[in-house]
Amino acid sequence: MHALEKILAKHAAKDKVKAGEIVTCQVDLAEVNDLYLHVIESFYEMGGKKVWAPEKVAFVFDHYAPAPTIKSAANHKVMREFVWEHGIKHLFDINAGVCHQVMPEAGLVFPGMLLVATDSHTTTHGAFGAFGTGVGATDLACILMSGELWFRVPEVIKIEINGKLKPGVLPKDVILHILGKLGTEAAVYKAIEFTGDTVKNMDIPGRMVLCNMSVEMGAKTSYIKPDETTLKYLKSRGVDVEKLEIPETDLDYEYSETYNLDVSDLSPQIAIPHSVDNVVPVEAVKGTRVDQVFIGSCTGGRVEDIEWAYKILKGKKINDRTRLVIIPASRDVYLEAMRRGYVEALINAGATFSAPGCGPCLGAHQGVIASGEVCVTATNRNFPGRMGSTGGDIYLASPATAAACALAGKIVNPVEYIEEV
Amino acid sequence: MQLKISGKAYIFGDNIDTDQIYPGRYLELTAKADIASHCMEGARPGFATEVKKGDIIVAGKNFGCGSSREHAAITLKEAGVSAVVAESFARIFFRNAINLGLPVITCKKIHDNVKEGEILEIDLSTGQIKNQNTGETYQGEGLSDFVLSILENGGIKPLFKEKYGS
Repeated sequence: MHALEKILAKHAAKDKVKAGEIVTCQVDLAEVNDLYLHVIESFYEMGGKKVWAPEKVAFVFDHYAPAPTIKSAANHKVMREFVWEHGIKHLFDINAGVCHQVMPEAGLVFPGMLLVATDSHTTTHGAFGAFGTGVGATDLACILMSGELWFRVPEVIKIEINGKLKPGVLPKDVILHILGKLGTEAAVYKAIEFTGDTVKNMDIPGRMVLCNMSVEMGAKTSYIKPDETTLKYLKSRGVDVEKLEIPETDLDYEYSETYNLDVSDLSPQIAIPHSVDNVVPVEAVKGTRVDQVFIGSCTGGRVEDIEWAYKILKGKKINDRTRLVIIPASRDVYLEAMRRGYVEALINAGATFSAPGCGPCLGAHQGVIASGEVCVTATNRNFPGRMGSTGGDIYLASPATAAACALAGKIVNPVEYIEEV
Repeated sequence: MQLKISGKAYIFGDNIDTDQIYPGRYLELTAKADIASHCMEGARPGFATEVKKGDIIVAGKNFGCGSSREHAAITLKEAGVSAVVAESFARIFFRNAINLGLPVITCKKIHDNVKEGEILEIDLSTGQIKNQNTGETYQGEGLSDFVLSILENGGIKPLFKEKYGS
């Protein structure tokens, strides 16, 4: 069995499961974000009285943090009251950040666990060897009542990545390149495992980027085998690693597909409007005017991402016709970026900082774009209207590319801007 | 829920994502009627007022990709859409639709064979789709007994209410 199958088998109290089988599993952690008042409505509609295990539930207010409208404020209010009434242990209010960043930071994510959240990017937690998957409101309400959910055991696709990335080429470029090659449908109802030297040498934030965007290929979940890098991160977040039971993939496990990739010659990549798999080298669209740059979200809002902006922009000014919005993915990220002097340097360079959360990634607030505008963003989706007007053009790129574009006011290759760093 | 459905087809393309089905700027809405009023607004503005109860959506590959927002399934169901037939579906949308009792049928090549306004008859248990205008039939994938049992009960909520709701 694959490690992911072992996770499902254990949570279904079965010795063995196989791809395609439907199993009912006990969930270790259920997370609800603030787009999902329907979870609470469905819970009561189905006759829910008590939350099955309040210590295994987290609510995270990230998509509307802080509340931009009266309606979203009212939704927050009802959700807070639900949390308090049911004694739910983990409430990350508007001061916390994006769910996929704050849960690992709080030590809630570990290898071998089954994590279900009302967010498609829950695949991110494969970076820790967890089985993380997104569901809608009704599924989550079912978990709140019963602690269980049905799953189809997924086939697993192996993507082996080897080679040393060139300076200025980031994990985001790798996953965009993979998306461009495999397309948006490559992994529907399947899981993706990332392996190979490049992944082995990648830090946790980089691994999170790969796993995060695997959902853009339709993946149900993703997986990177936990190693010393994983354990070191977990320890730093207060996880008792000695107690972990980390499942391993059997040597005779047969992957549904295997892809091999050498990234040593990869150049910075960019997904052009309006599809995440519409990927070309940045060079191909060089010179395109840029109105706004966004660095933030569960894909591109970590300290390492803001560090790239700092390296490229410190002591300089962004183009006077371009806006740069930076939103740290969490309070911890924000504090660390401040301690390191990144925030001050970037504000001096012309950046606008906003409160930790999802920001304009989903077009709710804090920097949505107008019709006719071009946004280069370190986030995950460039669907029409995703970040505001359907008449806007969204380009997905690495935080280094995004920062260089803010400086130049047009799409540029960041490699030309980092040699002088 | 009836296992046979018929209705007028509206045609959409590949990769109709959840932002096109239900734009993010309306995610704070929670009342069903409000959600229904923005149905498919990102893909075809005005669809919500045009669509009639019982109409069917026909689409290409990867319908419902993107966000886990249940609003995408809610808006279609509440706007009166009786079924979605697509060449393939994104996983979370598929689950959300079934949970809410909205039938979703996978049928290869449906997109190229059906024209806007044609009347389709769908047999949910066999997956067979008949085009009343042309007389053609297309074989889609029948839904599993597990999924059919959820649909027949009008979604997961009544089932759960019976099992767990005290």
